[in-house]
This record gives sequence, C-alpha cells and structure tokens, in this order.
Amino acid sequence: MRLARRAVLPGFGLTLGLTLTWVSLIVLLPLAALALRPWELGVSGVWYSLTEPRVLAALRLSFGAATLAAAINVPLGLLIAWVMVRYRFPGRGLADSVIDMPLALPTAVAGISLTALFAPKGWVGALLVPFGIKVAYTPLGVLVALIFVGLPFVVRMLEPVILDLPAEAEQAAATLGATRLQTIWRVTLPALGPTLLAGFGAALARGVGEYGSVIFIAGNMPMVSEIAPLLIVIRLEQLDYAGAAALGVAMLLLSFVILLVINRLQRRFAPA
Amino acid sequence: MTKLRHAALIALTLILMTLLLLLPLGIIFTQAFSRGWGAVVDALTDPEAMDAIRLTLMVAAVSVPLNAVCGTAAAWCIGRFQFPGRSLLTTVIELPFSVSPVISGLVWVLLFGANGWFGSWLDGHGVRIIFALPGLILATVFVTFPFVARALIPLMREQGAAEEEAALTLGATGWQTFFRVTLPNIRWALLYGVLLCNARAMGEFGAVAVVSGHIRGQTLTMPLYVEALFNDYDWVGAFSVAALLSLLALVTLGLRFLLERQMGGSRRDII
Repeated sequence: MRLARRAVLPGFGLTLGLTLTWVSLIVLLPLAALALRPWELGVSGVWYSLTEPRVLAALRLSFGAATLAAAINVPLGLLIAWVMVRYRFPGRGLADSVIDMPLALPTAVAGISLTALFAPKGWVGALLVPFGIKVAYTPLGVLVALIFVGLPFVVRMLEPVILDLPAEAEQAAATLGATRLQTIWRVTLPALGPTLLAGFGAALARGVGEYGSVIFIAGNMPMVSEIAPLLIVIRLEQLDYAGAAALGVAMLLLSFVILLVINRLQRRFAPA
Repeated sequence: MTKLRHAALIALTLILMTLLLLLPLGIIFTQAFSRGWGAVVDALTDPEAMDAIRLTLMVAAVSVPLNAVCGTAAAWCIGRFQFPGRSLLTTVIELPFSVSPVISGLVWVLLFGANGWFGSWLDGHGVRIIFALPGLILATVFVTFPFVARALIPLMREQGAAEEEAALTLGATGWQTFFRVTLPNIRWALLYGVLLCNARAMGEFGAVAVVSGHIRGQTLTMPLYVEALFNDYDWVGAFSVAALLSLLALVTLGLRFLLERQMGGSRRDII
C-alpha cells in the first residue's frame, strides 16, 4: 500500500471502512445468498430445475428477443447518433435530451404505455390489425419493449466516438475518389465497429433482465410469451426459493458469458 | 443535392424518434386526460394513491441520502487514494447496474423472506422486512447504489488533491477541508448523481415488485400502484399516476440538462 499521499490527505481509513461495510452489506451479502441458495437442490436438482421445458422456453425468449432487439437497435442507434453529432438543425438539443426518455421513464410506465399503443385498439396497434400483425400479448410485444429500452445505450455509446472520428480519414478517402457509400462502408464503419459491438452488448444485457416494460405488453403466456425474470417471480410466489435463485444465477452467468464473447470480438475488431 | 440528402436524413431520424420515443410519452397523457382534469385529480387524490405517493417519497427519503453519503465516501477513497484492489472495488460498486431488477429484489427475499437465511430468526423476533417498508428500502438502495459514486469518481480523480493539500497545510482540519474545499468543487456532480439516484428510487418497479407483497395501502409504491390499477382495468387511474411519474422523468431530464451545462457539458451518464 502506498501511504505517501495518505500522510497528507486524511479520511482514507474512514471512507474505505464505510465503503467496504456498505458494499459488503448491500451488494456482496445478498449476491452471496443468490450464489449459494440453488445448491440445496443438489447439482442434479439444479440441472432439473433449469431444463424444465417452461424454463428453457422463457430463457430462449428472453435471450432471443434481447439479441434481436439489440441487433435492430444497432442501425437505428447509429442513424440517430450520426445525425445528432454530425448535423446542426433547430431543436437538436431537445431531440438529444429525448433520447434518454426510455431510461428516465419508470419501467412500469413504459410498459403500460407501450401496451396501450400496441393493443389492437391502440394508436399503432389499430394500424397493424389490417395486416394481421399482432404485437401486444405476443412475443413481438416483448421485442418492441426491448427495442424501446435498449436504444439509448447504443446512441449514448456511439455519440462520443463519432464526435472523435478523425474527419481527415473521410476527407482523404473522398479525395482519393471514393464515393460517399464506399467511404462509409470502408472507412467509417470499421472505425465504429468496436463501439457498435459494445452498444449491442449493453442493449442486450439490459434486455435480458428487463421486467417492468415487458410484462404488461407480453401477455405472459407460459411457453409462448413468458420471460425468464417473470418466471423467477412466479417461483418465488410458489416459495421455490432455490429454483428462483437457480434461474437467477443461470441468467447472470449466461449474460456474463455473452458479454465476455462480445468483449473478445471487440478486441479483435479494434483498429490496430 | 447534398443538402437535400442531409435534410432527408434529419427528417427520417426525427420521424423515427417521434415514433419510438415521443408516442409512448404522448399516449400516457392523452389516456390520463381522456375523461378530463376532474378524473385525473380524483385518481391522484384517492386515499390509496396518496398512500402510494407517501410511501414512494418515504422510500426515496431514506435510500437517497444513505447512498449519497456512502457514494461520496466511496468516491473519496477511490478517487483520491491509490490502494490495491481499487479497480475491483469500483467494479463491485457498479455490479447492481448489471443485475436484473427482479434479481435485485430476489436477493433480499433469499436473505429475509419466510424461507430465507434469516427468515425464521426474524419471524421469532417479530421483525418484518420482506413485504414491508424495510424490504422496499433495501431493494431500492441496492438498485440505486452506484449512481452517486459513479458521478463523483472520475471527477475527483481528475481534480486531484492539490487544493485539499493546500487547505490542510494552511491548518484546516479534515472535515473543514471537506466541507469548504472538496464539497464546493464536487457539488454539481454530486447533485447529478443524487438526481439520477432519486429518479430511479422513485420509479423502480421490478426490484420492489418482488419484495412488496402488493398489500394495498401499505406496500404499494407509485409504480406498483400503477400496475395494480392497470390490472384492475382502471385505465384512467393507472395512466393518471403514470402521468405523474412521467412528469418526474421529464423534470429529471430537464434538471440533468441544466446540470450538464453547469458542469461543462461533456458528461453524460446513462441512467
């Protein structure tokens, strides 16, 4: 421990002590309970409780919808971030603030509002009825909710990076005779690649665990539109604590592995 | 030609943002006011609504100051000192952000619920944590824990300790230095963290849904009350309370915008 600065500036012991106590009580102790609880079922019991068809369907929906929503948010977020950074137009400051609306809005509020919009009689839902598209109370509803909550992550991660993109590279490409599209495809996108992946990962991670904005619009039909976090709630209501904890641990581990893979990919695509 | 393309791109973006971001906001207010002002006032002055508002304020009033003090302490030791495990500690502080809200509630049930580690002990001593106010506060403290520390750590690291060291050399005590030198330097960032922390504390749904038990008039915070009304098909009531929460979100975004200006505009934390 380097104590040189501590000799001058006081309060290290006090603040570190307070922080460690607080972190242990509020974060570590509860997470320890989560990590230890499933094993009272035994390893085979945990496996059994995680491979029930209803659990697998919920995990598939949560991870599948979150992945798809994040993939849709990448081009959407890129467009919005690009326009916000590169163009000047009246109302830009306001528009830029609105981007965080999905994060500022309490999830339950977002949930009932999306449900009202996409219900068969809602503003958007009614337009889709003639095409036979049902969003509310179907897996499509889950996707819509996850696109809504994930979008700001992609935009906010991209904005500072687009701002720092060296304009010289683009200008050089143009001077050398590249068309606008070629420049975007060969120069701009590769430079943004790692950030696009990071935004994808952040939106995905958020989507996997999302609860409030999803459960209202999802309809929550077992095997069809029931998300994994809801299944945790259901298990708790049945007093199946170990089963709920097992599912929680499985979700965290799966997300962690996915983020790890994305992190690796990011490094591979990082411009040398 | 280029100008036209730019205009088209901007228009496309604004249309997309309106559809994706403003329409959900718009429907909340139109639904709330679909039967006029009277219905909204009735919905918000209903005794159960008042209970929910009071409970939400109470939960925030306890959890936000707790996290503000501990977040500042964490920022002091992480931002101003070198010690082994510093980056590990930073990671642990941010952990609650990467955990599903439902899991953030679940962990407290595993500790203090009827079948939890301390459940029977608590029961024997007549203490209720889950399905009661303490559980709501614990779940809220967990999900809002990182906000203040995260707003302060990068700033305090950047500022360095030179001003504090000067104050100390001139004979100020540690506390004097903190209140007269440090606090004025970090006040906007601290407010920024507290603002986001408060918005999340008042709006949190998943974590408190798990520990609440949904007892009407007792453990329903505003977001949980919205759910209860919605499930009862009280459409106007649900959207009236939702409109109040949306107003909180809008005020938060507005204040954050002002604070960002105050701080020089470059910071932007994701809520």
